[in-house]
Parts: sequence; structure tokens; C-alpha cells
Amino acid sequence: MPGKLKVKIVAGRHLPVMDRASDLTDAFVEVKFGNTTFKTDVYLKSLNPQWNSEWFKFEVDDEDLQDEPLQITVLDHDTYSANDAIGKVYIDIDPLLYSEAATVISGWFPIYDTIHGIRGEINVVVKVDLFNDLNRFRQSSCGVKFFCTTSIPKCYRAVIIHGFVEELVVNEDPEYQWIDRIRTPRASNEARQRLISLMSGELQRKIGLKVLEMRGNAVVGYLQCFDLEGESGLVVRAIGTACTLDKLSSPAAFLPACNSPSKEIKEIPFNEDPNPNTHSSGPSTPLKNQTYSFSPSKSYSRQSSSSDTDLSLTPKTGMGSGSAGKEGGPFKALLRQQTQSALEQREFPFFTLTAFPPGFLVHVGGVVSARSVKLLDRIHNPAFVGIMGNTRSYKLLDWNSFNSDEPETRDAWWAEIRQEIKSHAKALGCHAVVGYSESTSICEEVCILSASGTAAVLNPRFLQDGTVEGCLEQRLEENLPAGCGFCHIPYDELNMPFPAHLTYCYNCRKQKVPDVLFTTIDLPTDAAVIGKGCLIQARLCRLKKKAQAEANATAISNLLPFMEYEVHTQLMNKLKLKGMNALFGLRIQITVGENMLMGLASATGVYLAALPTPGGIQIAGKTPNDGSYEQHISHMQKKINDTITKNKELYEINPPEISEEIIGSPIPEPRQRSRLLRSQSESSDEVTELDLSHGKKDAFVLEIDDTDAMEDVHSLLTDVPPPSGFYSCNTEIMPGINNWTSEIQMFTSVRVIRLSSLNLTNQALNKNFNDLCENLLKSLYFKLRSMIPCCLCHVNFTVSLPEDELIQVTVTAVAITFDKNQALQTTKAQVEKSLQRASTDNEELLQFPLELCSDSLSSHPFPPAKEHLESASSNSGIPAAQRAVTVEKASPMGEGNFRNRAAPPCANSTVGVVKMTPLSFIPGAKITKYLGIINMFFIRETTSLREEGGVSGFLHAFIAEVFAMVRAHVAALGGNAVVSYIMKQCVFMENPNKNQAQCLINVSGDAVVFVRESDLEVVSTQQPPANCQPLCTGGEVTT
Amino acid sequence: MTSELDIFVGNTTLIDEDVYRLWLDGYSVSDAVALRVRSGILEQTGATAAVLQSDTMDHYRTFHMLERLLHAPPKLLHQLIFQIPPSRQALLIERYYAFDEAFVREVLGKKLSKGTKKDLDDISTKTSITLKSCRRQFDNFKRVFKVVEEMRGSLVDNIQQHFLLSDRLARDYAAIVFFANNRFETGKKKLQYLSFGDFAFCAELMIQNWTLGAVDSQVDDMDMDLDKEFLQDLKELKVLVADKDLLDLHKSLVCTALRGKLGVFSEMEANFKNLSRGLVNVAAKLTHNKDVRDLFVDLVEKFVEPCRSDHWPLSDVRLFLNQYSASVHSLDGFRHQALWDRYMGTLRGCLLRLYHD
Repeated sequence: MPGKLKVKIVAGRHLPVMDRASDLTDAFVEVKFGNTTFKTDVYLKSLNPQWNSEWFKFEVDDEDLQDEPLQITVLDHDTYSANDAIGKVYIDIDPLLYSEAATVISGWFPIYDTIHGIRGEINVVVKVDLFNDLNRFRQSSCGVKFFCTTSIPKCYRAVIIHGFVEELVVNEDPEYQWIDRIRTPRASNEARQRLISLMSGELQRKIGLKVLEMRGNAVVGYLQCFDLEGESGLVVRAIGTACTLDKLSSPAAFLPACNSPSKEIKEIPFNEDPNPNTHSSGPSTPLKNQTYSFSPSKSYSRQSSSSDTDLSLTPKTGMGSGSAGKEGGPFKALLRQQTQSALEQREFPFFTLTAFPPGFLVHVGGVVSARSVKLLDRIHNPAFVGIMGNTRSYKLLDWNSFNSDEPETRDAWWAEIRQEIKSHAKALGCHAVVGYSESTSICEEVCILSASGTAAVLNPRFLQDGTVEGCLEQRLEENLPAGCGFCHIPYDELNMPFPAHLTYCYNCRKQKVPDVLFTTIDLPTDAAVIGKGCLIQARLCRLKKKAQAEANATAISNLLPFMEYEVHTQLMNKLKLKGMNALFGLRIQITVGENMLMGLASATGVYLAALPTPGGIQIAGKTPNDGSYEQHISHMQKKINDTITKNKELYEINPPEISEEIIGSPIPEPRQRSRLLRSQSESSDEVTELDLSHGKKDAFVLEIDDTDAMEDVHSLLTDVPPPSGFYSCNTEIMPGINNWTSEIQMFTSVRVIRLSSLNLTNQALNKNFNDLCENLLKSLYFKLRSMIPCCLCHVNFTVSLPEDELIQVTVTAVAITFDKNQALQTTKAQVEKSLQRASTDNEELLQFPLELCSDSLSSHPFPPAKEHLESASSNSGIPAAQRAVTVEKASPMGEGNFRNRAAPPCANSTVGVVKMTPLSFIPGAKITKYLGIINMFFIRETTSLREEGGVSGFLHAFIAEVFAMVRAHVAALGGNAVVSYIMKQCVFMENPNKNQAQCLINVSGDAVVFVRESDLEVVSTQQPPANCQPLCTGGEVTT
Repeated sequence: MTSELDIFVGNTTLIDEDVYRLWLDGYSVSDAVALRVRSGILEQTGATAAVLQSDTMDHYRTFHMLERLLHAPPKLLHQLIFQIPPSRQALLIERYYAFDEAFVREVLGKKLSKGTKKDLDDISTKTSITLKSCRRQFDNFKRVFKVVEEMRGSLVDNIQQHFLLSDRLARDYAAIVFFANNRFETGKKKLQYLSFGDFAFCAELMIQNWTLGAVDSQVDDMDMDLDKEFLQDLKELKVLVADKDLLDLHKSLVCTALRGKLGVFSEMEANFKNLSRGLVNVAAKLTHNKDVRDLFVDLVEKFVEPCRSDHWPLSDVRLFLNQYSASVHSLDGFRHQALWDRYMGTLRGCLLRLYHD
């Protein structure tokens, strides 16, 4: 009995009129936790009742504290008939269970009803007294922190990054229970909301237990998803990265990054267990101080033997591009060995992180992904199927007796896929997968499970406990030139997993790099980038025949490889068209519908300085003798070339010319074509230049041999660039822009289109889908035009096929205004300084070894010419917020800069404003505290769709309500922002004939407290300037 | 391919002032789109008509959802659904409660009832303000009226507190409410030359001096109803014109004081008794509701028009009215000096405002 939950109901306001006669309401409140219920008095005849209740006390296990939500129901008292429910509030009390997050939840919560939406607000105060109990971690995992953020949270320091944690729980879906035939929609929705709340609580607790077993104290990059499998149940699954985090005390955080060990202020990690293998304090090089290590731990995934489904039709794709030199032969082997030993002890060396502590990521191999098609109606216990057959009558039976073994089935499915990912990674010479994520797409009884990530080699220094020999470490530093190390191929050049085209790194000239690089992670902060980046999307539809069960699954499995291939080709073409050579944040979504499959890939294209200049796109006709055809071809060719030139200008891609003498290795001549027909691994047929000394540069050749191909070329050219002043990306930060202002606008936009004709062709479908996405983007640009110059960051598209002829696209992103003039003022010196800081991810402890700095400076290939200024500035690919923090206030130069610029007024931040952003940071502000995870699930239903403004009115209101509830919960925790916000699900169903609609939304994020940098300024100016001038000068302080 | 659903929801609610204006003006989505196209926005932004349509629909939907809250502005401030910066909230409210001069002149002084609402069709045709906009403005008047009637305290303060309007707009609403409550006739042809501003000015003076609130600040409706006792007492002023001696004396006092100072002295001298009778009789009649309603008609008929026909300049009117009110103090036989001042002080202000072409 280690916890006491205390709840006080203070007041209500704006309640709806429940009594028509008096135009008033007699409201009272039921407070329920677990099986205990308390009630307030009835407050007669008021729409603004003041209950001021006593403290309701629940004495409960901490296990329940983690699983159960606090349920508050507002009702209207009725003497003669049943009391009418006004609405409910579910409060997740998890944030109160960590020692240093929120201490109290107090504030106005919207009273929510699944039929009527928000109906007034209620003021509630919640507190938890946790009693210390030695056995406390047996069943519960109170104290383990959860973060949605996919990088080490800003005010923490990673002591150890343990690795992958996963869990899933299964239950029957109340919506599909027989009782729902007689239950009201409200009761059914509420049962569903409550169940999912319970399940996510349980899931979080179970994951927490695994983390504790691994001796960690936090989960970073926590991603929880629901699979609404319909009749076969409801799956809640989560993945994350277990870590041991150390809270940075604020004084240290505010101090400039100087080489002084005294700054290393430690806090005891919040799990009571004194970690023996964490960090030893004292050494003067703080970098060495951070010993990242993997503590070997046992695997947690239940290894159930393969399920009944013999339909394991798993198309695999190992998408990777790249290659490398055999530089550092024995060393590399040694490195590999070490890494291997550390990682091979774990079943899945996966990391859900997309940004890493400096030095963590050594090499990136490429994207690895795996998909698998499963039949959901096969998962039942065979005995059950035997008895019931496939009839629907089983709904009348008690479910629980049949589906007890379901989690194992699902676990096995995922284990299978993860195994595949792991082997793909191995094939790329990598031992780990970073930026890892999993997703599903379900249509009727068919389910596509997908997983993807980026194969990578991680630094052994971070992988092992204790110390590594100094010499090795030194070698490592040498071999990791800033800004290009991660591009160097991890696999053996002579034993390449796929044909690829290799060159010497354009940055360090020492190691081999591939010609293109695809990854699922964010652009590393220290990456040397030229110009700006841009959002690149590949969109694809494929019709499929309607089919049942296995036939359907087979059809889908057969289509998948073609889709993957085409998506990949499209991405590659568009990338080349932009004149860029790398993709970050790649996310490929395959959605299954009744009669079609949709593929949507989004990524951010950039030009990595380390990789070779991409060749152009060459068009070849199949009948070269036909004159007019030839003319047409050449016309197209010209258009493509023009587009490339234009794009290069637009994104400021002007890589410095490097003379061959400098490196003495053959430089590929651009524009020399080689024939290559849409092969999966792009630049393939070409022999690598090592073997063939003439070193030709491939140009991408498109052969127009049929109308299909023509179509493709056309679609390439139809993508219009965003209007001037707009940039977009799907990663956290936009390379080349670093002077963000504090003006941010997060938004969600949803579009559903109905396909008109019945006899659709693939081409028509593609065009419709393409138009849908393009128009949506155009609308966004128009709507946000007042924010110009502005960048849409973390643009996240999701596609679903709710019905036969409907396509739904949901976009969530944040628009951030930046200061254009500021960018021009940036001097080159500043740029270089910022470059030094570039690899500071975990900026607070980021104390740069000087060798590294000078190294990066000297290897920096930019000529000091003026016209390269812009391109140079693009190299500092870290968000201004981080940089500003890094620079910190001790630098008088920084202050000077600050004064010079027209600082936007920050004083207008009114009390009660809660910012939301899908990013892990807030521009111009510093996150001072993480208050806990926000994970909310809502259902909204209507039976008066027309009256509520049709489908658009209905969904618009609902999404606005969801935002409102998220903000209210954050504000009640004492926070003023949600970071890493994500709308994980938006399932919309309508039945206009019946005037009905229903929508389910699941959102999550991290509630935080942030402080404006301009407010910090006052504090910091009082600090004496430190002796680290050269490191700190010139950074701009962004507000 | 048809768009079934198309929405955009920002964490901070996007408000486009131009679209808000179009919405308030009662244009349909298609009309609004057409007007926006004409404004040249497509050329400026490079957007397509479809984008504009979608954007307009979206804003209209937002405004439609906000409208419920705008009916009780304090709700807009406390609600949690739409995150809107305070300056934007103020703009939304102020614009929503703003009204057209042409419209307010049509309904000023009319009973804010269903009957009047039925006439909105005609008003819409006459003023070429869309019916939708007329309805909004009418409903605003009615809503404000309903909320502040039977309320204690200053009318302007009450309006400001319950509708969060700017001082200027709150004063205008006080005038509208005051006129509606007292049903002053403003629609007659001879009153057409008067603007809403003229009436609002008079209303303010009357609220300050002639209502219950002028003597007692602790009663309901203190600023809305005229002080009945005061109106009764006004009968006493009749002696000024009924008593021939008093009238002559009054005239001679005024004439003596103004001789040589007035450009229209002879006209004044000739007309004095008529004018004085007019002004005093207006006061004496105010016990009847019907005559209260005709106050402005009477003032224009009995004073403004005669003076105007003799081409009195405004400065002469001012001199005359000052002297006319002041001279009463020298009339020994007249005992109702305070009453006279309360009446004439306000009336003088009103007449000066009403005296123009």
C-alpha cells in the first residue's frame, strides 16, 4: 500500500444548461480511482458551481497508480430520473510519480463528452504521497521517466544508453463486444477510452520494469501505438530506448562551455541504485567524462515459436547506399570487434533515438527496413477457430477465455521483423540500428507490419563500461573528422552488400563514402552541409483486386516489393533533381486499403559536403531514330537540367571547387553518363573507381520506354517548389537556417478526397494522390504566409484509406519564422565558431576538445570569398536554440549581438499560453524541466453530423478540442509547452446517410517548462565572462 | 476527385482580418472568395482559386465556432478551445460588435423585438448591407440590451464589463440601449439629417443628467430610464411662458445682454417668444411617454428648424442658448432654478449638437 492519492474538486465553470426549465444545472462530481468512488455535494442551480470539496483520499498500490487513470465525472442531479452525465475528465497521474517532475496537478480541465465534445471546465487539484517501500519496484516501476523526445532531453545528460525496450498488451476492443449492440454509443466510447488509458498505463509500467531491470532510469524516444484490429482486438504496443539519465543542475547548464572540470556538477541519478559503471568524475577533458555504456542485459522479448500463420510473406528491403575505403584496416576491425561484443549480447541493438550525444554515431550504413503481411483472423487460438469456424457468432462468447495467448503471437510477429532488421544491418556491416521505428497498417483482416531504421556503427567508447585505452581513443578521434565521419562506409569495400559507387570523402579525403546516403535519423549536428535542405516526397498508389484472407495477403505481399522499389526510385530521382545527395528522416509509409495500396515516403534532402556531387538525370528514348521523338526527349532533358540548375540556386547549393591536386585521387567528372536503368541500388553497374581508374561519374538515366516512364518523368517535374520565403523539412532542424525567432505555429491539417470514377487506373490514382499532397502543401504555404520568412519543420504526413474510394491525408508540422537579415549579418567567423559547437547535442556538458576544433577548422574547405558566405553559414546545422544555449551569456560579444538586433517582443507571452511543437526544442527558449509524458486518447462521435457543420466542422472542432485538452493538462502540471508532440492516430469514419461520424485521436508529447532566453539574459549577464572567449564569441543569442 | 473534408487547425488559432471582415459583412463563402480574388491576392501569393476557397472555408468555419463565444465575450477570454493572443481576442470582439452607421440609424430608438427583426429585410435592401450582417448587428443590440437591463450601476461600465468593448464602442452601445429603452423617434424624415453620432452625444448627456442614475447610483436600470420625478417636475417650468410678465422679463434680459453681439438679433428678438414657448413646452410635455418619444422631433421642429430658416450661425445659437438659460437666474419670481439648470443644461448641449445642416 505504498501510495495515497488525494483529489480535491474546487469548482466548475461554463457548464451546459441541463435543466431547460430553469436554464441552470444542479451539478455534482464523482471521483473514481480503481474501484473506489467519492462524490461531491450537489451544487444547486448554477452553471459555475463552487464545490470546494474536501480532499478525497485513495489508498492504493503504486501499481494501480501507474495503470489507472483518475476518472472525474460531472453529472447533473435529477431527483426523479437518472442523473445525466455532463462529461468526464481523465487525468493521468503518472507525472506525479517521479521524484522531480510535477508535484501537483492543479488547474482547469475541459469536461469532455464523447458525444457533445467539451462542455465547460472543472478545477481539480491532485496530489500523491508515495511511501517508500523496499519492494516498491517489484510490480510497479514508479520513478522511471518517459520521454517522447528522440534525443537526450535537453536538461539531462546520458550516463548510459542501455538500448531497446519493447512491450505490447492486447485486449478485446469494447466496440466489438456484443454488449455494444445494446450499449449507448457514449457508454461504448467511454469504455474504450478507459480501456486504452488503462492499457497504456499498464504498458508503461511494464516497460518501466524492464528499464529498471536494465538498471536504467528513463526511456527516451518512447513511442506508443494502438492497433485497432477490429474484431480481433486492440493492441497497444510501445518501443523506446532505455537510458540512465543524469539531471544537469541548472547552474551548470547556464555556464558557458569551458574546459573546466569544476563545472561538472553531478546529481545523483534518480534511481536509488548507485550505478557502479557510470561516470568517474574529475578528468579535465569532460568529453571523456561521459562514459556511455551499454550494460548488457537479457532480452525481454518473448521468443515464442513461430505462430500459426504460415503466411509469413515478408518482402525485405535493405536500402542502403554507400561504400567506403579500407582505410584504417586493423583498427576498424578492432573497433568492430569491440562494438560487436558489446552489442551482440543484446537481442536487438536498436535505438529509437534520431539524434545522439556527440561521438556516439561513428558510421551510417543506410536505411534498413522490413515489412510483413499478416492475417489477423488467424491469431485466435486454433481450438477456438475450430469450434467457431469463421462465423461471427463468437461475439456472444466470453472473449477472455480465447485470446489469452495473443500477445505472444504479436510478439512473435514483431520479433521476426526485428530479426530481419538486425540481419539487414549486419549485411551493411553495422551492429546497431538507430532512428528505429515500427508501424502497422490494417485493413479488415490484413495487417502490414513495418519496421525501419538506419544501420549504424556506434562508438565503442560509448558502448563499453569503464575506460578504453587512451591510444585507441586517440586514433578514434583522428579517424572521426568533424562533419564527415558518419558518412564513411561501415562495410567492407571488397565485400559490399550491394553494388555501390564509392569515392573518397570530399571532406577528409581519407575514407570512402557512398554517392548517396539515405537515413531515418536527424541530420547530425556536426554534419557539414552545403546550402539548405528541402522536403522530398515520393508518392505512389497501386490498385489491387479486392480479395479475401490469404488471397488478399498474397496479393499485397506480391505488390510490396514493387512499391518499395518505385518509391525508392522516385526518391532518388527527386533527390537528384534537387541537386542533393543525402536524405535524412526518411519515413516510408505503406497503407493498405480494400482495393489499393498507397506508398508515401517523406524525407529531408540535403547536400552533404562529404559526398560527391550528384550526377544529373539523363533521359534516354528507346527509339533513337525517330526525329520528333528525339526532339521531345531533348526538350524534356532540357527541362530537367533547367530544374536542377534552378533548384541549386534555390537551395544555395554551390559546393566549393576542389582541385584534384589537393587530394591526389581521381575526381569523378560530373555529367559523364553511364547507363543505368532504375536499378534498386542506384549507381550500381558502374565499377567502383578503385578498380577502374577512369572513375566515371554516373548520371542517373531514365529510359523512357513506355507511357509509364513518361508519366514518371512528368510527375518529377510537377512538384512545384514552395513559394519564396518558405522552406520545409521533416527533420527537427533545417540545415542552413539557424536564426529562428520565437514565433512558432504548430498545426494539424486533414484532407479527405473521394475518388470519382470506378474504373480507376494506376496513373489516375497516382495523379489524384499527388495532387492531394501538393494542394495540401500549397494550402499550408498560403495559410502561413504571414509568417514568411518561415520554415515548416518536422512535416509529418500520414495516409490512410478509411473506405473504398476515400484517401485521407493528415499533416502535422510546425512553422517557425526566422530572421532573414540576421542570416546575412552572420560573419564567417561566427559560422566557424558555430561549427565548432556543431556537434554539441547535449550542449550543457558540451565541452569541446580543442584538438577537434582546430581540426575541423583546418579541414574546412570553404574559401573566404563573400559569395560563399551563405553556403558557409549553412554548415552550422544546429538549431539556434541549442546554439544560443551553448554560446551562453558569458560572452560579451553575444550580448552585443543581442542588443544590436531588433529583438522581438517577448513580453507578450501571456499567462496560460501553452506552446505545442513536434520538435524537441523551442526556438529562443531553454527547457528547464520535463514534467512527464502526455499520452491521450479521445473518441468523438456524432449523430448530428450536418448540424455540426458536416465532416469538416465535426473534425475541426474535435481537433481543436484535443489541442485544448492537451494544453489544459500541461498547464495543470505547471508546464507551458509540449515538445515532441505527435498525433499518432487520427481515425475518421463517417456515415453521411445516417448523419453520423466517429473519430479517434491519439496524441503524445513531453510536457515541459521553458524559459525565454531573453529572460535568462538578465541572470547571465551577472556572471563573469569566462576565459573561453575563443570558443564562445560570436554566437548569436536568439530570442 | 472531390474534397470531402478539408481542415486546418493551429495551436494558435489563425485569424485573417480580411476574411473576418468579409464574414462579418455577411458574405457567403463563394462571394468572399470572389472578393478576395478581386483584391489581387492570387497574384501576390501565387495561390490558386482552390487554395483560396479552402482557406476561406476554413476561416469561416473557425469564425462560426467562435461566434458562440463572441456572444458572451468573457467566455472567449476564459475558454480553452481556441488559443488566441489577447490582442487578437480584443480585435475579434471589437469587430464583432462594431456596427454600420447606416444600419444603426435605421433601428435606433426602435423596440428591439421580433417585429423589428422582421423588418431587417427592408433595411437590408435599403442600406445594401447584407441581411446576415443586419441580423448580427441587430442581435448584438438586443443581446447587449438584454444583459444590461435591470442591472445596477453605470450603463457604460456594465456594457464594458460584460462585453469587453472599448470605451468608445461601449458608449455607443449605451446610447443604443438608452434609445431603445426610451423608444426615441429617430426615423422621421426631418430627423434624417442627424447622424448616429449626434444622437449618441445627446444620449450621453441625457444619461448623465436626466436619468435616475444622475441622482441615485444604487437603483436598477439607473442609466436607462429617465427620472420620472424629474419629468413630472418639469411641468413647473411652464410658468416661464404662461406668465406673460415673466416671459417679457426673460426676453428683455436676453435681448439686453445680446444686443450688438448677435448677427441675427432682430430675428431672435422677433422669434424669442416662439422659441421659448417651444423649449418650455417640450419640457412640460415630457410626462407623456408619447411625447418623450417625440423629443427629438419636437426639438427639431420647435427650435432647430425656425433658427435654420432664419440662417442663424451656430455661434449665434450658442450665444443665445447660453444667455437664454442664464437669464432665468435673474428672474426673481421663478423658483425652480435647479430644475431649470438640470433641464436646460442638457438641452442646450443637445440643441447645439443637433444644429447643423
